[in-house]
Amino acid sequence: MSTLIEGLFNGISIGSVLLIAALGLAIVFGLMGVINLAHGELMMLGAYATFVVQNVFKPLGEPWFSFYIIAAIPVAFIVSAIFGLILERGAIRFLYGRPLETLLATWGVSLILQQFVRSVNWLLIICLGIFCLLFFGGMQLLKSRADWESMRTKIVSLLLPLAAGVAIAFYFLLSQNSALTNAWFSARNVDVTAPAWLRGGVEVLGFQMPYARLFIIALTILCLMGVYWFLQRSAWGLRIRSVTQNRTMSSCLGIPTAKVDALTFALGSGLAGIAGCAVSLLGSVGPNTGQNYIIDTFMVVVVGGVGNLLGAVIAALGIGILNYLIGSGTLALFLTTISAPQSMIDFFLFFATSSMAKVMVFALIIIFLQIKPAGLFPQKGRTAEL
Amino acid sequence: MNNETGIAIKKKQQRNKLIETGTIIALVIIFAVILPAVIPAFRLRLIGRFLSLAIVALGIDLIWGYTGLLSLGHGIFFALGGYALAMHLNLQLPEGQLPEFFTLYGVEELPWVWQPFYSFPLTILALIIIPGIVAGLIGYLVFRNRIKGVYFSILTQAALLVFFNFFNGQQEIINGTNGLKTDTERIFGVLVSSPGVQRAFYIVTVISLILIYLLCRWLTSGRFGRLLKAIRDDETRVRFSGYDPTGYKVLVFAISGAIAGIAGALYTVQTGIITPSIMQVAFSIEMVIWVAVGGRGTLIGAIIGTMLVRLAQTFLSESFPEIWLFFQGALFLIVVTVLPDGIVGWWTSYGWHKSRSLLGLQPKLATYPSLVEDPELQQERETIAKK
Repeated sequence: MSTLIEGLFNGISIGSVLLIAALGLAIVFGLMGVINLAHGELMMLGAYATFVVQNVFKPLGEPWFSFYIIAAIPVAFIVSAIFGLILERGAIRFLYGRPLETLLATWGVSLILQQFVRSVNWLLIICLGIFCLLFFGGMQLLKSRADWESMRTKIVSLLLPLAAGVAIAFYFLLSQNSALTNAWFSARNVDVTAPAWLRGGVEVLGFQMPYARLFIIALTILCLMGVYWFLQRSAWGLRIRSVTQNRTMSSCLGIPTAKVDALTFALGSGLAGIAGCAVSLLGSVGPNTGQNYIIDTFMVVVVGGVGNLLGAVIAALGIGILNYLIGSGTLALFLTTISAPQSMIDFFLFFATSSMAKVMVFALIIIFLQIKPAGLFPQKGRTAEL
Repeated sequence: MNNETGIAIKKKQQRNKLIETGTIIALVIIFAVILPAVIPAFRLRLIGRFLSLAIVALGIDLIWGYTGLLSLGHGIFFALGGYALAMHLNLQLPEGQLPEFFTLYGVEELPWVWQPFYSFPLTILALIIIPGIVAGLIGYLVFRNRIKGVYFSILTQAALLVFFNFFNGQQEIINGTNGLKTDTERIFGVLVSSPGVQRAFYIVTVISLILIYLLCRWLTSGRFGRLLKAIRDDETRVRFSGYDPTGYKVLVFAISGAIAGIAGALYTVQTGIITPSIMQVAFSIEMVIWVAVGGRGTLIGAIIGTMLVRLAQTFLSESFPEIWLFFQGALFLIVVTVLPDGIVGWWTSYGWHKSRSLLGLQPKLATYPSLVEDPELQQERETIAKK
């Protein structure tokens, strides 16, 4: 009995991490058909934001420090959402209708973000600021000219190297100043210490449930409810759902699809930030943190089907529980107790490590897709595709 | 079309063919004869590695550029080919002896997967066929259900991660994370890392690249090639025309996997070691960007793109290791947004005519160059003028 509860709890807890990470992805993918490979990096940014908030709260002393995690959640949300918004406005909106190219572009962004947290320092920020000021400021100033449309390419090709040149010159001018060039985080992993009330755990039926895991499960449920409320009950949620169902028709009916896209992407990215905040409680945070989650979360979206929250929930919990049951050897142990044939037990023992469990879960997903190729809850509609 | 224009078109085709053969022969002479004599052995090995990566880029161009399937899992097939050859090299031991690492894990008997790799011909066959079969199987299971687009990409990426985990976890079979060394092994009784063998591998790489280029040329030029392009442009329509795209997609994916296997084997012997890290997610996506930079849908572009990006990588990561990731990320963004046809695509559609007209070799054209130069259209214009 106790093993069963333990397996279930651990599975649910793995599943809830997957779910909170996949939630934003599922919404973005469902709405825009865009695969955001930088989603893991947005999670990583959220985790780093948590780390920064923790360091800000540290000098404030004990009663404040205990609750830094509560403050970190909205901060992580906002930081990731802003980065997501920049990403959408800066690159992805030019690529709608070309999902494979979007995939490559977001991979490029994820590489840049990884290196960015490794080498970010004040100097880099200042130079970025100078570049943005010169380039976008110049564009704004020149936009009022009458012949803007015809001059546009020429202005851009003139302004871009100019602004970049000034910024790079500044970089080399100031690079002797060591106070400015100290990296904020460096390439090493940083640790987020959970506040006192999240350490330890509660004992249920002879089994220890860590508070941090319970906190993540609660956070996931909260996010799920929030997203459900937003999509089903608010005006913008209605617009998002209508664009998901039929983009052209929604546009004809006066829904600003470009705004809906930007908002959805920011929302999805913000959820990634919250996921990063949750993940930071489980272990140290590094530039590569996001990479560990990205493929599992995609599997959740693939199995769950597009544009359906319930599908994502079932898929995440299913994958999490299966992963744990196979990986920890609980299944093999269970088979021994009911005296299953030895070959079957050996088979499951072969897969009883966390990395081999992924092999088996992937095989199961492929088998599942043979039965339901479009996921648990496929979108209904009349189309020649599928 | 009357006789004259027919002859004109044929002449043009013949001329193009001659130019192409001439270029290939010239390149072979440069790469296989002149370069080994001029460049130090260390750099030659580097170029050999780039050329073997260009082979895998050809395979990716075949499925992405021509068929529209973006595979993010070509590292699997690359690694399978590499492991096949490495296993053969590791078995070049006195009778009854096992490769050294087996003793670390207390393995007494050679695992059955190693048995076929005693024979050289079987190994060569295996390094082509095994990746091909694995690719075909994955392709069949996915395409059968008409899963496509980004779903396919994600599934191949997940498959890559699965293989990575599997190879990492199996110490007793293939030495896990440490991988297999080839540098210290012998082939036909000669040390693999000796200059003579390395040069031979280099020449083999150049020849395989040419042969595979010609194979891809042949595949993409005929009816099969037209079908691939049709699948890329509108798969539903292909199906409604009475074709079953599944078979073609599986076949082309399997061929592409086999090509990656050959490339992996050649890359491994010129690197000296193969480890599961060759199956990292990043490396497989990099392969795609080589094709994208060169120009997808043009075979020569795949080769050029690979060489350019790898050269830039070697240069940049030697001198500024920090900038390389920024540069690579920017490359992805720029290629996708500004240069979707790659270098070769840009050159053929814009650069060539632009530079010619800048040099004054060609009058400024008010319309598409193809319309002006096409002999058929020219003749049409003349007949209209006569009337």
